[in-house]
Amino acid sequence: MSRVHDMGGRFGDGAVMPGSENDPVFAQDWHARALAVTLAAGALGQWNLDVSRHARECLSPADYMAFSYYEKWLAALADLLVARGVVTRAELAGAAPDVSPLAERAMRAEAVAGALARGGPASRDGRAPRFAKGDSVRTRRPARNVRVAGGHTRLPGYVAGLVGTIERLHGCHVFPDANAHDQGEQPEPLYTVVFDAAEAWGAAEAPGDTVSCDLWESYLEPVA
Amino acid sequence: MPHDHADDAPPHSLLPPEPALRVKALETLLTRKGLVDPAALDEIIETYAHRIGPRNGAAVVARAWVDQGFRARLLSDATAAVAEMGFTGRQGEHMVAVENTPAQHNMVVCTLCSCYPWPLLGIPPGWYKSDAYRARAVREPRAVLAEFGVTLPEGQRVRVWDSTAEVRYLVLPMRPEGTKALDEAALAGLIHRDAMIGTALVEPPA
Repeated sequence: MSRVHDMGGRFGDGAVMPGSENDPVFAQDWHARALAVTLAAGALGQWNLDVSRHARECLSPADYMAFSYYEKWLAALADLLVARGVVTRAELAGAAPDVSPLAERAMRAEAVAGALARGGPASRDGRAPRFAKGDSVRTRRPARNVRVAGGHTRLPGYVAGLVGTIERLHGCHVFPDANAHDQGEQPEPLYTVVFDAAEAWGAAEAPGDTVSCDLWESYLEPVA
Repeated sequence: MPHDHADDAPPHSLLPPEPALRVKALETLLTRKGLVDPAALDEIIETYAHRIGPRNGAAVVARAWVDQGFRARLLSDATAAVAEMGFTGRQGEHMVAVENTPAQHNMVVCTLCSCYPWPLLGIPPGWYKSDAYRARAVREPRAVLAEFGVTLPEGQRVRVWDSTAEVRYLVLPMRPEGTKALDEAALAGLIHRDAMIGTALVEPPA
């Protein structure tokens, strides 16, 4: 049901390697270039953040596991550029490129600071929330996009089918399950839902430990 | 219908195999098509390599420790509170600050990708984006904390915040004992990145 990126709770990955706080922000120069090219290409407006996340998730499991972090970004970027008709397969393979009709949208150096400082809020006006703080809810099981088979969703598999408690309301946010598939933003109420770790994992490391996710209303159903 | 396997291969497989060359190829192609301005790329890199990083978050935490009014605003509407200090923007549009207390230690992860509060902490460190952290932080946070050298006192609960939407979390660590005499700037110097993710505690000055 799930894709390879949905790894919360998985066994077998070994120890976390904390590194040092003095490590450079970009371990390799090409990491910095990969981040910058990805952001600049995104600024062309040919896809949204949910589309780009889904493109990374759609890498084959073999590629996803073999690629380092920024290699995943680059691969998804190349795939998106072709899927959206921004570049051709021939150009990617090295053919002489044509100037793009989108060239006038290219982000200029003097626009970068403003664009990064503005960001892109995901909050939208929308309907009143169905749930209130303290309500018990059950998450969808299995975790899946009900609109598109294999589609993007932000309900992690490890909380699918669990009962949790609404802890915080965030108003309406763009709905990724629709927005990742060019179905519009379809904003829905977003909630922080807290789960007992013992419920999620069968046994908690210590009693009272909890884990929370930020979940959209249509992932949730009321529990009497 | 003739079947040409090469046309089925994902587009990214057409790029050079070596990652640094792959980036170069994409950047060159997009530049020649007029879609990317190399000077804009330099500006993006300069921003995240040097201008935006954990010092921003440390300034927020130190302010919250010395200014109870700010702390209250931070806990009720972190987005507005950190904007007072000029910290806004991409991957920080919807901020929530979560306060460590003797009863609860907070720890942040993104199991589905690598969501992280860029305006306050910069670009996430490699370990935050690693499979090991993404997979394990939710299931065995205390075991992961031990790998960071952190053992929590008995009776302190752990809450793991999985950043599954566009809400970004900043952990507000506990102010260590023996820091009453320190001013805001000196306090900020004690606060390191990992304490604001929840994989470290703030240590008193040596």
